[in-house]
Amino acid sequence: MTAEPDFDVVVVGAGIAGCVTAYRLAQAGRSVALVERGAVPGSKNLSGGVLYSRGLEEVFPDLLERAPIERRITRNYLQLLNAESAVGIDYQDRRLAEPVNAVTVLRARFDPWLAEQCEEAGADLLSGVRVDEVLREDGRVVGVRAGEDELRAHVVVAADGVNSFVARGAGLRGREPLHHLALGVKAVVALPEERLRERFHLTGDEGVAYAVVGDCTRGVGGGGFLYTNRASLSVGVVLRLDDLVAKREDSAAVFDHFLAHPFVAPLLEGGEVVEYGSHLVAEGGLAMLGEVVTDGMVVVGDAAGLTINTGLTVRGMDLAVASGVAAASAVGQALDTGDTSRDGLAGYRRELLDSTAGRDLQTYAKAPAFLERERMYHDYGALLGDVLHRVYDHDLTPRRHLLDVARAELRRSPVRVRDLVRDGLAGVRAL
Amino acid sequence: MRTTSIPDRLAANSYVTDEEQPHIRVDQELARRTGCGDRLIAVCPAKVYTREADGTVGVEHAACLECGACFAVADPGVLEWTYPRGGFGIAFREG
Ligand SMILES: Cc1cc2nc3c(=O)[nH]c(=O)nc-3n(C[C@H](O)[C@H](O)[C@H](O)COP(=O)(O)OP(=O)(O)OC[C@H]3O[C@@H](n4cnc5c(N)ncnc54)[C@H](O)[C@@H]3O)c2cc1C
Ligand code: SF4
Repeated sequence: MTAEPDFDVVVVGAGIAGCVTAYRLAQAGRSVALVERGAVPGSKNLSGGVLYSRGLEEVFPDLLERAPIERRITRNYLQLLNAESAVGIDYQDRRLAEPVNAVTVLRARFDPWLAEQCEEAGADLLSGVRVDEVLREDGRVVGVRAGEDELRAHVVVAADGVNSFVARGAGLRGREPLHHLALGVKAVVALPEERLRERFHLTGDEGVAYAVVGDCTRGVGGGGFLYTNRASLSVGVVLRLDDLVAKREDSAAVFDHFLAHPFVAPLLEGGEVVEYGSHLVAEGGLAMLGEVVTDGMVVVGDAAGLTINTGLTVRGMDLAVASGVAAASAVGQALDTGDTSRDGLAGYRRELLDSTAGRDLQTYAKAPAFLERERMYHDYGALLGDVLHRVYDHDLTPRRHLLDVARAELRRSPVRVRDLVRDGLAGVRAL
Repeated sequence: MRTTSIPDRLAANSYVTDEEQPHIRVDQELARRTGCGDRLIAVCPAKVYTREADGTVGVEHAACLECGACFAVADPGVLEWTYPRGGFGIAFREG
């Protein structure tokens, strides 16, 4: 052993994963440094904004009363967008309100609250500090370097998000294949609260989440979203990087196309863009989850590649919570036994995969490949739109049975019956 | 909604610009050889990259949203890309 560590644990990144890990460890009486490159926590963070909140409520039982959340999601809207039409499934359910299942959050407001809880539990928050690299001695991670300063710890937690330079520096992540990454482009559009409630048929603090597939991305793999906040909308697109590059599309132009779409623009009418941001999304699911433990270090949240995208829901924040909980527990045990080697920390991966979130990762392991099927992004929406057009457009031709209409439209569409069957089966298995 | 241009939208953002240490550098020679300039220009939602009259790739690092997309799609070695120094760069107020 050389120098005595300054802390039991140094956590790099005060996002959701880092804050949950730091909070749990500080609460258990460990000395914890929480290092964040943003001048304030949350100032670098961006998500679509639907947080499946039950996991975080286990960490903070009074979360919904005290944390700055925007709205409780009681309505989910799935929209298939075509150039000239849109087909939507509008699912509203009181059961989603009690107990609360999901809420919208704005990270620049939400993360500071989380970091404050960590400080109250005794963690030292060091904001405005960028970690440059991990310190190693005899092959094990013994701390981090930030500029001139070195912070030494028994365990370093890499919670530095999807680009994780810390995990890369420690040799746990390499260059990510592009189909494991997507680019999220998002705007926050301010809209007076009354106006917003009327437009989306909401009462009180209820909210709606729109998931949009089809013409919103100009055929690039991915989708659009629109979520209601208290007095604003979070609206954006998530574009698979490999497809964006292959199709030579311009990300800003795709985003503009989505905002201007005749079925989206009216929802934004009268609003004002108060912020424009972008962030990468981990898209690989289980296939992206790499090594999460090495001697003296664990990796949590996006840094470990923990996201599930089913097309209908994007989940990363609740997985960040689950990995933080699992990591804190395993790190605590390793500190107890004094074995913070890779073997001593190995419990983390097991706990993570045994958690609900970890099991979901395994359940949805085939979802990313399923969503790479091109037909998902235009053909099905268009087919459905055409069938419904025949049903509702009384153009003075004699009516036909729905089945005949569907058959005829299927013949005109590039979709083959065998595609339909195959995709349907694959979808049922993957999702 | 009032249609806004990208510069308008970026102007609504809050930034603490690091005038001393730009966090993005392009190896122009390698960019030219690999032809990856167009990819950078297309992928960046903040229009940080532009094609200069002399064919090189211009960089307006102050507009960067720090997503890392350019770094992910660039041929290895073309970009030197780090997060800005602690406390500098984009400061989201909404997120
Ligand atoms: C457009 C978009 C839509 C999304 N929609 C949803 C959604 O609706 N629901 C959902 O659950 N998930 C969603 N996600 C995913 C979700 O945002 C992430 O999974 C989640 O933010 C991961 O949390 P994290 O704590 O692991 O990482 P982050 O939130 O990225 O936090 C990483 C932290 O580390 C800090 N940091 C990084 N490097 C350093 C360094 N070198 N030194 C110091 N600090 C550093 C950063 O500043 C940041 O605070 C979405 C993502 C995007 C981009
Ligand atoms: S990090 Fe994102 S915003 Fe910044 S230059 Fe690269 S692509 Fe553009």
